[in-house]
Amino acid sequence: MDWRWDFTFEIVLPRMIEAAGVTAWATIASFILALIGGLILMLLKQSRLVWISRPVTEIIEFIRATPLLVQIFFLFFLLPEFGITLPPLTTGILAIAIYNSALCAEVYRAGFEAVPRGQWEACVALNISTYRTFRDVIVPQSLPPVIPALGNYLVAIFKETPLLSFVAVAEIMQISKLIGAEYYRFTEAVTIAGIFFLVMSLVAAMLIKMVENYVRKRIIH
Amino acid sequence: MKPRVAILAALGAFIIGLSVATFAELRIFLQPILRGAVVTLQISICSWLLFLAASFFAGLGRFQKNKIIRWTSTIYIEVFRGTSLLVILFWLFFVMPEFGVFLSPFLAGVIGVGLNFGGYGAEVVRGALTAVPVGQKEAAVALNIKPRNYVFRILVPQAVAIMIPGMVNLTIELIKATALVSAITLVDITYAAVQQNQLHFRTLEVFSIALLLYYCFAQFVRFGGAALEERFTRHLAKRH
Repeated sequence: MDWRWDFTFEIVLPRMIEAAGVTAWATIASFILALIGGLILMLLKQSRLVWISRPVTEIIEFIRATPLLVQIFFLFFLLPEFGITLPPLTTGILAIAIYNSALCAEVYRAGFEAVPRGQWEACVALNISTYRTFRDVIVPQSLPPVIPALGNYLVAIFKETPLLSFVAVAEIMQISKLIGAEYYRFTEAVTIAGIFFLVMSLVAAMLIKMVENYVRKRIIH
Repeated sequence: MKPRVAILAALGAFIIGLSVATFAELRIFLQPILRGAVVTLQISICSWLLFLAASFFAGLGRFQKNKIIRWTSTIYIEVFRGTSLLVILFWLFFVMPEFGVFLSPFLAGVIGVGLNFGGYGAEVVRGALTAVPVGQKEAAVALNIKPRNYVFRILVPQAVAIMIPGMVNLTIELIKATALVSAITLVDITYAAVQQNQLHFRTLEVFSIALLLYYCFAQFVRFGGAALEERFTRHLAKRH
């Protein structure tokens, strides 16, 4: 094995740092979209109208049972047929967001179901408005189980962003593929990509644990 | 039994869909995609076996007194859970030859997917083993049951029942993850779908078939897992 440090520092690292920005943007954008999308899907799923809740349940199930990669390809090739031409990065963020909102919907649902029914009944009995019931009673109680789970999905999304390299988004994996193809040296680029993901995931796991402790101490007394 | 009905319904729908598709225009690209489905199934089954082996060894390894074994399993779990599967596959396929190890695409795919999910499975195994109440062990000691009998007749049956749902979920995730092996030149469902799409420009049909195939696989695993769980927990009082 020959590992060349000059190649690593002069060519691989500068381009990787640039690509890390794209990875970070893709992660954050799709996470925020997934949080919103998950909330919408969960509310639709909990709808009292059967002809809304049933199809939504099946759609969530379908999204969860199919690979993200195929969904990315599907959106990437299908949207232009309907006259919607988006940059690959936007399409990819959209696909990751849709996939993860189906997962987040389940997290939210589990959080809400963890709040005992008696809490709702007590709020009705005490004549607290629906908005205040949500803000002061239901949401604070459903947060502790939800936050670590959502944090795990943030890490999962981060690890899913390499899939965007299939549609030629210039994120870390794509750049390391390009460097490999240009110089015919995959060793440094792919290894650094791996180390980058490993370090970031471990840091993120530590942060999630800290946030979890904070939530447990501050919101639930 | 409900899972059995669901499996039969899925199978029936699959066969009907297949025959309808065969006689329609779809047949031009159905055959390559089905050939891809065979590759996906082969990789799924092989990597599933590796995944089970890796998760049991690493999961049990974290309970060992020997520091080296414990640390090896911890490092294995953290490394393979922390990195992205695509990076692992690339590393196996493009970087391993630098060390003089030449893996075929199929082998690289199986090893990559299997070891990656083994990291997650190890945590399921560990969680299941710690979820068996301590009282069981104390009762076994009190009743003078041999340690070996305690492990094989009391601990393992209960732990297996607990770990089934997690393992079923991971199996579905594993089948979905095999889509990534198209990155290392294997022609699985995903790669076949991309190829057929480039040939015929029938995006909606081609990718719908691909998605439906994955969906069918996932449903089979899900209902099979439900039946298995039923089998392992039938002697237990049902919790409602």
